[in-house]
Amino acid sequence: MAITAPPAARPAPVSPVRPRPERRGGNRVVFWIGLTVASVAFLYPFWWVLTASLKPRSQVFDNLVLPRNWAFANYLKIWDAAPVWTWFVNSVTVALAAAVAVTISSAMVAWAFAYYRFPGRNGWFGLVLATMMLPGAVTMIPVYLIWNSVGLATTQVPLWASNLFGSAFYIFLLRQFFLGLPRDLFEAARIDGVGHWGLFWRIAVPLCKPALIVTFVFELKASWADLLKPLIYLRDVELFTLPRGLKAISDRFGQAGEQQWEIVLAGSVITVLPMVVVFFLAQRHFIHGIATQGRKG
Amino acid sequence: MHPLDMSRKSRVRRWARGFRDRDTWAAYGFMTPWLIGFVVFLGGPMIISLVLSFTDYDGLRESSNVGFANYEQLLSDPKIRRSLANTVIYAIMIVPGTMIVALGLAMMLSRVGRRSAGVFRTLFYLPEVTPKVAVGVLFLMLFNGQVGLVNGALGLVGIDGPDWSTDPAWVKPGLALMHIWSVGGTVIIYLAALNNVPRDLYEAAELDGVSGWQRFRHITVPMISHALFFTLIVQTINALQTFDEAYAAFYGSSASATYSSDAALFYLVYLFQQAFQFLHMGYASAMAWLLFVVIMVITVIQIKVSKRFVHYEGGDR
Repeated sequence: MAITAPPAARPAPVSPVRPRPERRGGNRVVFWIGLTVASVAFLYPFWWVLTASLKPRSQVFDNLVLPRNWAFANYLKIWDAAPVWTWFVNSVTVALAAAVAVTISSAMVAWAFAYYRFPGRNGWFGLVLATMMLPGAVTMIPVYLIWNSVGLATTQVPLWASNLFGSAFYIFLLRQFFLGLPRDLFEAARIDGVGHWGLFWRIAVPLCKPALIVTFVFELKASWADLLKPLIYLRDVELFTLPRGLKAISDRFGQAGEQQWEIVLAGSVITVLPMVVVFFLAQRHFIHGIATQGRKG
Repeated sequence: MHPLDMSRKSRVRRWARGFRDRDTWAAYGFMTPWLIGFVVFLGGPMIISLVLSFTDYDGLRESSNVGFANYEQLLSDPKIRRSLANTVIYAIMIVPGTMIVALGLAMMLSRVGRRSAGVFRTLFYLPEVTPKVAVGVLFLMLFNGQVGLVNGALGLVGIDGPDWSTDPAWVKPGLALMHIWSVGGTVIIYLAALNNVPRDLYEAAELDGVSGWQRFRHITVPMISHALFFTLIVQTINALQTFDEAYAAFYGSSASATYSSDAALFYLVYLFQQAFQFLHMGYASAMAWLLFVVIMVITVIQIKVSKRFVHYEGGDR
């Protein structure tokens, strides 16, 4: 028995097994240290803001890792100083409306370009792509005047309603995913009598759920962060979204105002934290979406 | 009849015949949202904007045609020059800055193994979910010259940091550093590109004794050049439209009194002021078209120059 194939008969471990030539042990440790240092640099500002928002005013800038005295009352102060809960609800409403609207409308348009062969298709698609080049500043003023002329210029409607008509970037993204679906599937369904809407809504959409979630979370993030539109449209403090509210708080209590930084900090935490939570829940989709973006470009 | 006319005519006929197909109607049905949106929110407004740029419209009085006066004013307004210069300088800081930092991080991530790379990738992306308005507000605190965290950290290594948030010479570098904090998305794009570079290229190069820098220069960069190119174009376009962080930090109801040096007066900030604070909507429309032209010119130059360097695997795509 012992005669057959001793371990030594295996070929000497030369190159083929090594997955990556440059991954030498020493280097790897260096990279680990570098990445850890970078992570601390990237994450410490979050920690600083969170802890500083829990310090009393005189200690906000003491740069200590933990508060010497915990001042949870800062969050009660901001509660009294500004309608933060209303702003939060406004932000959630607007961001959800914007994200749902853009996802459904962009998917419909993307589906038209991905599945159908129709006269004018290439021309229209070129136009869709061309609109991505147009800076928002060009249409900013006329769109404001249009909303003004229908009496909605000081409401939240302009913050999300234009999303009902699709957005070039997402149309492009979703079209790529629809193009990846096998055509036979739809031909078979049509023979079975599935209508045009059924092809889209009952077959294509469920199959492209990951891409739709990517669209949804991207727009949720973009809408949550938007400052320019709320600045243009919202006059009534009760209608503010969190970014607009944070700007108001910063003007009143920050550098130019009363220097009550603990309130500004609490406001910053309230603005940032919800998206951080959403990100951790949906990080797979965020990262998948961005990685795809680069590949398609 | 001229043969060319005939082919054109038959093409039109073929085009028109397409509308007998029910599929065509279905396709246009699905496209309807975009078609309406294009007319109401893009095409129509573009025309209105162009018309407005030749008027003195202020949203209150009846407007009158002023010819090219707005465009002439663009040339003579010192704040236009200032804000354009600010914006371009800022773009020159943040675009290469972001790309270099992102590439460095992505290259380290590509070498620590997939699982740990995933964890770090998530951490690096976190600043990117921070709304830019918060970035601007945090800038005032973290980069405060006397008590801020950044100068505190610099003090630990014996550097006496500048007054980032008040010294006009340091405002843009400070904002740029704060901006580069949200580099995470670019890291993810580069990491995906790096993971797609075939390993045997590196193995062959190493067998041939090619040095690390040469491998980076002649393998890594060409193989991920499409990703570099994509981020260069997108980030330049975005940088030229910087608004949120600068406005949040330095402009607004009362802030102009605190800060009057114009060091953070970016083009879009000035455009917003002209349009919605001074209500010079005609002038602001002309400003918007100038921005459009600037962005187009810079993008076309970048595409032309990059074409010589970008490598697509399998030839043209």
